[in-house]
Amino acid sequence: MTFDALVYQGLIGVSLAMYLWLLAAGLTIAFGVLGVVNFAHGSLYMLGGYFAFTYYLTLEINFWLSLLLAALSGAAIGSIMERFFLRYIYHLDLAYQILLTFGFVLIFADAARIFWGGIPLIPPMPEVFDSTVRIVGRPFPVYNLFVIFVGIAASALLWLLLDKTSWGETVRASASDREMAGALGVNIPRLFTVVFSFAAMLAAFSGALGTPVRAMTPGIGTSVIIDVFIVTVIGGLGNLPGAFVGALIIGLMKAYGVLLFPDADLFMTYLIMALVLLFRPKGLLGGR
Amino acid sequence: MDGWTTLTKTRLETRLALAAGAALAVALLAIPLFGDYVIWLTANMLILALFAVGFNLLFSFTGLLSFGQAAYFAIGGYVCAKILLAVPSLLLGIVGGLLAAGVAALIIGFLCVRHTEIYFAMLTLAFGMMVHSIIWKWRSVTGGDDGLVGVPRAPLEIPGVLSVDMADLDRYYYFVLVLVSLGIYAIWRVVRSPLGLTLQSIRDSESRVTFSGLSVRKYRLIAFTIAGLASGLAGALMVPLGRSASPAIANWTFSAEPVIATLLGGAFTFAGPIVGAFLFYIIKEIVVIFTGYWMMTLGIIVVALVLGFRGGVVSVVQRHLLPLLARRRNDTGERR
Repeated sequence: MTFDALVYQGLIGVSLAMYLWLLAAGLTIAFGVLGVVNFAHGSLYMLGGYFAFTYYLTLEINFWLSLLLAALSGAAIGSIMERFFLRYIYHLDLAYQILLTFGFVLIFADAARIFWGGIPLIPPMPEVFDSTVRIVGRPFPVYNLFVIFVGIAASALLWLLLDKTSWGETVRASASDREMAGALGVNIPRLFTVVFSFAAMLAAFSGALGTPVRAMTPGIGTSVIIDVFIVTVIGGLGNLPGAFVGALIIGLMKAYGVLLFPDADLFMTYLIMALVLLFRPKGLLGGR
Repeated sequence: MDGWTTLTKTRLETRLALAAGAALAVALLAIPLFGDYVIWLTANMLILALFAVGFNLLFSFTGLLSFGQAAYFAIGGYVCAKILLAVPSLLLGIVGGLLAAGVAALIIGFLCVRHTEIYFAMLTLAFGMMVHSIIWKWRSVTGGDDGLVGVPRAPLEIPGVLSVDMADLDRYYYFVLVLVSLGIYAIWRVVRSPLGLTLQSIRDSESRVTFSGLSVRKYRLIAFTIAGLASGLAGALMVPLGRSASPAIANWTFSAEPVIATLLGGAFTFAGPIVGAFLFYIIKEIVVIFTGYWMMTLGIIVVALVLGFRGGVVSVVQRHLLPLLARRRNDTGERR
């Protein structure tokens, strides 16, 4: 691989990693605070993408506003999921949580088919981004740079929100000891609804961000969720910085894998997931 | 509840189970009278029943949630397909698929049983998707996303003993019926054996079993391998039925089918997954008459089951129907 290909694919990989990071951050926060493994997280990504498509192309709303509206729509769906369904199964076995969220995977997939049809949808690129810049002598799409920028900005915002605000403190307190936080006056049921819809919002935003470049299909939720699981497992379940590292590893793996070992790229990502689970079950950044 | 009612209840339960079993046997034997479509549908039900009973041995009787059972189903199916495409012998294909799935489950299980709960579920998922990616990408052997088509439903031949042509669907149906019954009976014997009791005590209290000097991992591995064999047999039986193997049977979403069947019929019972497998297809048949959106309906059913009827159909019968019957018998007994 030549140097320019190395840099080019590296940047592509980092932009891929940003979608995964936004998704994995949501899954990680929901798992850390609520203890729920949400199989429908990938489906929320898909819905976010479709919503952005509808707002931007069908309703002809400004691109930026479409992104925001799509993320908020995801948050709304997330709050309904938590308030009326997930809330009743926190005390149950893991299997029931997985099954309940899997039920939503099926419902969302068919809902997408009803509203948007089965054909993959890609809206045209917004004019602001419809150009390339030359990086190491090659034309690189501006939109991918924008995605990298958004991903990093979102990480900074997330860090500020969780580490520097009192709300973030409440969230972290509830993640480490739910009962104690409740005893100290935190309204746990309400916090759970807010945290879950926040996680759903991150997934929907990731999907919305991907619409101009990544095709949406009703089946995409089931393949995206596997990537997100790989990322969160590599970082350690519930470990937010770990999820960022995991997203970078898998994003770069996918970008270089296409060039280096196109037949084994999928296999390699699953292999990494299994190896981490076997030898470092708490994740690369977690302790043994 | 005093001992006497418990006794009558269990006796009644046994009788009812026997009666239901006999009725089911007669119905299953009579299925070929209803034409090819019903035969095909029932064969699918039987295969899902075996698949789900194997999953349930792990889930309800060992306490392990596997999300990668599709891998062994697919290995059984693809190995059977490759053998049938090379050698036209049904028995060889089925046995080959069964053994390949068993060996794969033994190797992968050896690694997976180091963990429990979510880590076990994630590991089985990772290995399951590895198998899926191999089937998806190794086009020259597996046909990639096209799968393997035109697999012959070869005759059942044992040289010098018997030779049965399987071109007729009803003959193949009886073959599936016999093998699925044998497979489910074998797992029933396992559940009732000292091995089955050990598995259930591991599920209830891992540390106590460790203290009594047994290797928990070894028993979990045995359960995993048996479940893998059941999945492999189910997969191997599926391929000659549809004369093809598709990569969809290796995807993780396919692993959810035995989970749903088990929940539908009732987890923590032996008959639950069997009842659930039949219900799965019956509900599907009814739903597709009214709407093209089977997945959404299934999703709503799954959500409703988890929120409202976690015991499934079998436990509803056990908890509400049986006491009703038992009470009526007591009443008549007093009158006499």
